Amino acid sequence: MNSALLRLAATLVSGVVFGFGLSLSGMLDPARVRAFLDITGNWNPSLAFVLGGAVLVSALGVLVTRRLKHPLFDTIFHLPAHRTIDGRLIAGSAIFGIGWGLVGLCPGPALASLSLGLPATILFVAAMVIGMLIHDRLVDRKVTVQQPGGASAETRLSQPR
Amino acid sequence: MSEYGNALAGGLLIGLSAAILMLANGRVAGISGIAGRLLQGVQVASGALFVLGLMAGPLVFRLLFGAWPSVTVTSSWPLLVAGGLLVGFGSRMGSGCTSGHGVVGLARLSRRSIAAVATFMAAAIATVFVAGYVG
Repeated sequence: MNSALLRLAATLVSGVVFGFGLSLSGMLDPARVRAFLDITGNWNPSLAFVLGGAVLVSALGVLVTRRLKHPLFDTIFHLPAHRTIDGRLIAGSAIFGIGWGLVGLCPGPALASLSLGLPATILFVAAMVIGMLIHDRLVDRKVTVQQPGGASAETRLSQPR
Repeated sequence: MSEYGNALAGGLLIGLSAAILMLANGRVAGISGIAGRLLQGVQVASGALFVLGLMAGPLVFRLLFGAWPSVTVTSSWPLLVAGGLLVGFGSRMGSGCTSGHGVVGLARLSRRSIAAVATFMAAAIATVFVAGYVG
């Protein structure tokens, strides 16, 4: 098998493991997520173990990658080039957090739960897609132009997030 | 107890998924980035495969445990639309969401991701707090 096929296979495996992990963890359930965020009310802290466990294993992966010259099926690591904490990052994260708190769904669980065929999550994903398109097609260009010496559209596309 | 056990086991698997993608392909498992690039027609095959895999996850859960994972949505339809728009827009503007900044960014000790996670956690907690009085 050539490396392009191996990359696609690894992507599919990664997606399935991610979706199954979300399902097992309880992150798929907006009610659980909102109970986790409700720290002054009826707080359910269990989902902290999801992020804790995920970061732990992910960090082990990062440690291993630092000993590799390149990933198994590719010639380079595709890591974010940005280093600076800017207004875009903070404003975008705040907007994302408000939406996440309102409904209790973030992109991963929203997409994974599509397979349950619930009208509510399908509506949420449709709105999420429109929100992404509004940003990438209408807003991003202006913001990028305003950044002094900022990243061009092309380098932004190559960012792995 | 099993609630916490499942949360930890699920979290470990999510971390494993991110580690697989990083070790095999050198890519960050960031869902908003993968979805955003898919919408822009960039890396379509890998993006579509990852999303299909993501959607297959609950099916595997159902095959193993005989029931779908619980998904309880209580938000009204206007709220779902507003939340979806904000999540889509904000995750693209902030270059990541719970997965890219949370799972991978924190593991890489990225300063940008630490700032992003602190910001979206604070915003989400504040939103739930305010919604408790308004809604």
